[in-house]
Amino acid sequence: MEEGSATAKPRRATGRLCSTCNQRKAALKRPKTLEQICRECFYRVFEDEIHNVIMDNNLFKPGERVAVAASGGKDSTVLAYVMSELNRRHNYGLDLFLLSVDEGITGYRDDSLETVKRNEIEYGLPLKVVSYKDLYGWTMDEIVKTIGLKNNCTFCGVFRRQALDRGAALMKADKLVTGHNADDIAETVLLNILRGDIARLSRCTFITTGEDGPIPRCKPFKYTYEKEIVMYAYFKKLDYFSTECIYSPNAYRGFAREFIKDLERMRPRAILDIIRSGENFRTATSTKMPEQGTCERCGYISSQKLCKACLLLEGLNRGLPKLGIGRARGTNGLNKRVEQRNLHSERTGSSIESKQCGTLDF
Amino acid sequence: MQLTLEFGGGLELLCQSSKIHNVDVKPNPGEDKLTMRDLLAWVKSNLIKERPEMFVKGDSVRPGVLVLINDCDWELCGSVDTELEEKDVVVFISTLHGG
Repeated sequence: MEEGSATAKPRRATGRLCSTCNQRKAALKRPKTLEQICRECFYRVFEDEIHNVIMDNNLFKPGERVAVAASGGKDSTVLAYVMSELNRRHNYGLDLFLLSVDEGITGYRDDSLETVKRNEIEYGLPLKVVSYKDLYGWTMDEIVKTIGLKNNCTFCGVFRRQALDRGAALMKADKLVTGHNADDIAETVLLNILRGDIARLSRCTFITTGEDGPIPRCKPFKYTYEKEIVMYAYFKKLDYFSTECIYSPNAYRGFAREFIKDLERMRPRAILDIIRSGENFRTATSTKMPEQGTCERCGYISSQKLCKACLLLEGLNRGLPKLGIGRARGTNGLNKRVEQRNLHSERTGSSIESKQCGTLDF
Repeated sequence: MQLTLEFGGGLELLCQSSKIHNVDVKPNPGEDKLTMRDLLAWVKSNLIKERPEMFVKGDSVRPGVLVLINDCDWELCGSVDTELEEKDVVVFISTLHGG
């Protein structure tokens, strides 16, 4: 090897060169391709790949108004940045804005909303915040006070999903984009297999969902590795929030997460392969699927008379918070719940072990 | 050996919410080199105040924790076998939470 920039770090300064440009020092190993690549080339391929996913899947049409679901976390921060960048660079002609949900969790969401407010200014995207308090009459803090720390993530997840849809509708958005990444989707494929949830298994790998509903959702990061999202945020010094929700996380999901990460270390392609498996599952024609209808109270899509949010809300308001908890169908739903609870109690205290629960509602 | 260690992505919560630590780490007795493996063991016993399993697994970091040495992915320079040098900056970032 030779001298290179023989400053303070002689040995590592002569490190490997970028396999793309062959000029600059490599800065990371891409999990998708195992290539060693420099920062500049990484920015370009990272953004180009997302652009290609958007084009190949016709995710947007010119003139559409698109809500970027923004939690202040790494994925949505990078999503807001990249969407705004690509929209400008490739003239998508999209009218982008940030949409955040305030669950009403003191010391957690109020802090992360500050991050989103900074993003609003930095990326020049208008921000709309919808709150659980306004939509449902309850903050998560109040819900936890009533029901305790069991099942609170169910409430939060169900409420957030609807809150994003309602916020998007309120702002007359045509589409909602979320920051779900390849790792999230692989994890969800596994979880749906573990739960025998065939309906979700078949749709969790769709890049766009809800096309029959009022606000279709899409996931431009479907094939983007979490490692690259975090590296991108780190190198670009994007400002994101990474404190775990103060209410306990979903332990069952934590196991699936850990399993995926272990697989990734041995063979990074595993993540894309799980997604591919999920995409190619075909549900047997003899499998009974829930029929989609609409909630007779609020009109939201639902396979039952009342949608899950209305059911949970009714439980809260009538002082029967167990209403709507657990699965409506399946024969062994009860056993599964007991099992989950046991897992949960073994794991309490490990609040940074898994992702914020409910961010992964598909 | 003088090193700067940085914790991010939530890992700072394991070391009293402090992101940057300027530390002096000596090679193990009888050795003249300090590897990342040694550093991880040192961090685990000296800086991590709670839930070490969120940071280490076996003799490496927990999968999902990214490591950069002088802003270079440690997977490019030998991971746990990387030999550290005076004034190196080592960054640990958890990818495991927040969305």
